[in-house]
Amino acid sequence: MTDLLNVKNLRIAFPSRQGPVEVVRGVSFAMGRERLGIVGESGSGKSQTGRAILGLTPPPGKATADRLEFDGTDLRQATKAQWRDIRGERISMVMQDPKFSLNPVMTIGRQLTETYRTHRKATKAEAQERGLEMLNAVQIRDPERVMNAYPHELSGGMGQRAMIAMMLVTEPELLIADEPTSALDVTVQIEVLRILDRLVSERGMGLIFISHDLRLVSSFCDRVLVMYAGQVVEEVKATELTRAKHPYTKGLFNCLPKIEGGERPLPTLQRDEAWAL
Amino acid sequence: MSLTTNDPGGRSSAPSRFLWKVTKLLATLAMTFFGLLLVTFLIGRIVPVDPVLAVVGDRASQSVYDKAFIELGLDKPLYEQFWIYLQKVMTGDFGQSFLTKKDISEDILRVFPATVELATVGILIGTILGIPIGILAAVKQGKLADQMVRVLGLIGYSAPIFWLGLLALLVFYAKLGWVAGPGRIDIAYEYSVTQKTGLLLIDSAMQGQWDAFRNVFSHIILPASLLGYFSMAYISRMTRSFMLNELAQEYITTARVKGVPEWRIIWVHALRNAAVPLVTVVALSYAGLLEGSVLTETVFAWPGLGQYLTNSLQNADMNAVLGGTLVIGVIFVGLNLLSDVLYTLLDPRVRRRG
Repeated sequence: MTDLLNVKNLRIAFPSRQGPVEVVRGVSFAMGRERLGIVGESGSGKSQTGRAILGLTPPPGKATADRLEFDGTDLRQATKAQWRDIRGERISMVMQDPKFSLNPVMTIGRQLTETYRTHRKATKAEAQERGLEMLNAVQIRDPERVMNAYPHELSGGMGQRAMIAMMLVTEPELLIADEPTSALDVTVQIEVLRILDRLVSERGMGLIFISHDLRLVSSFCDRVLVMYAGQVVEEVKATELTRAKHPYTKGLFNCLPKIEGGERPLPTLQRDEAWAL
Repeated sequence: MSLTTNDPGGRSSAPSRFLWKVTKLLATLAMTFFGLLLVTFLIGRIVPVDPVLAVVGDRASQSVYDKAFIELGLDKPLYEQFWIYLQKVMTGDFGQSFLTKKDISEDILRVFPATVELATVGILIGTILGIPIGILAAVKQGKLADQMVRVLGLIGYSAPIFWLGLLALLVFYAKLGWVAGPGRIDIAYEYSVTQKTGLLLIDSAMQGQWDAFRNVFSHIILPASLLGYFSMAYISRMTRSFMLNELAQEYITTARVKGVPEWRIIWVHALRNAAVPLVTVVALSYAGLLEGSVLTETVFAWPGLGQYLTNSLQNADMNAVLGGTLVIGVIFVGLNLLSDVLYTLLDPRVRRRG
């Protein structure tokens, strides 16, 4: 079986006055239609890795790789036409905060049907119907109202469901979820995750789940990449995360509060300069 | 008034809240105009010109002078003079111009359409060119096209308009003969077009006088292009910065992820958001042109409001100055209101708030 996505030695650099700064330093992984978690703290390069896969490294940043292949297509050489067939159609991304990632002056309906009509020849009515179906699928109770609503009229949870609907309406093969629940209330997080979980399994798509929440990732994914300072420091099966070898991963686990008889004060992570080398 | 207006908070019913808003708006407008009149009136009385001399001339005898002084009401205290003036304005009486011996309202109705016509063609040129150029500069940020737009804008913004005007007249009228010279219309056509709206382009077109229309057009195109260039410089600069701001937002990345084509991202997603603050910029530029660009009107012998006001001011024709200033005030306030309304239409986040 060929890999759905194959990344080898991905490097992302941003120019600065002191010369280029590499925020991602040689990330490699391959995945099929599975759930891959990427964990790491802010600035570890996990989000930039996700964006680079879609060719959306924000300028003046530059992404280079020895290999960046999606289903046999070399993404490094992809033409505009190839990107059009990939973005939104075969690879989608759920962004972090619906407050900023939805266009404030367009109704949810217009943004939702826009994805569909960009990639399928469909009349307005067909797209509208597909949109309503999709809103139903993300368990929005009154899809008609939400279709005509503007983003600021929705709660965070509703907005993020609409975002998921918008990204899955074309049934992509790979979904990148970049901290999809970090901006939401804890109570809403679980609901949104459950919806995401169900849709991903039903449609059998690959998922890259980017998060800083180790426990969330381990319960949600098959395999986990742990990133630190732009590098993958550990790759483990989610079930074996407790047996992680790298001191950073171990350290993170030790910091999680335990219900029965935890230590006070909670242990903090003792960093080692060597990890960042 | 409904019973609930004494509760302006928010729990009251929708119609009464609307009424409250309208009342508040009217009160604000009244205050604005009162302040405007007061300030203009005071300045008019403080400036070291003698309105009596403007009426009787500097060779009049003392007794004639004193008579006029009393007729003008200048012997009364300042607050009383202002009160009398205010009462007259309320009834629509702005007094007479010493200079033209006509009612101020009549004068303004005569000169204002000339300015409206010039300003409107000018702002159309400025907006139609300025917005796409600003977008181009934002999309090509830092590239050659961006630099060119910025230089073009800088020149438009800093070159004195009377100099540009004279230069343009020299090149396009005197040397090349592409356009007509100063004035609104050639004498040959002046009495063949019946003035209904006072806007000669519209009047001549409605009467099917295409020769006259062409003549009017060749007169207006040069000063309007200059004003257009001037406002284009400002509008394109603002468009550029608004667009750069929008293009850096997260929802633009979302649109890219969705595979939305680049032209749609720029012209639909980003511009639709940038349009919200742009409305105010365009409206205020338009207001600026409507108040009469004195320099342009002088260079092009354009019989508009700017020229009328300057002329009146130089001749101590205070009634005319006060009337003209009030017109300008109304324009500014009106266009501000209009842009507020458009703002609410364009931005759904403002729409449903109080």
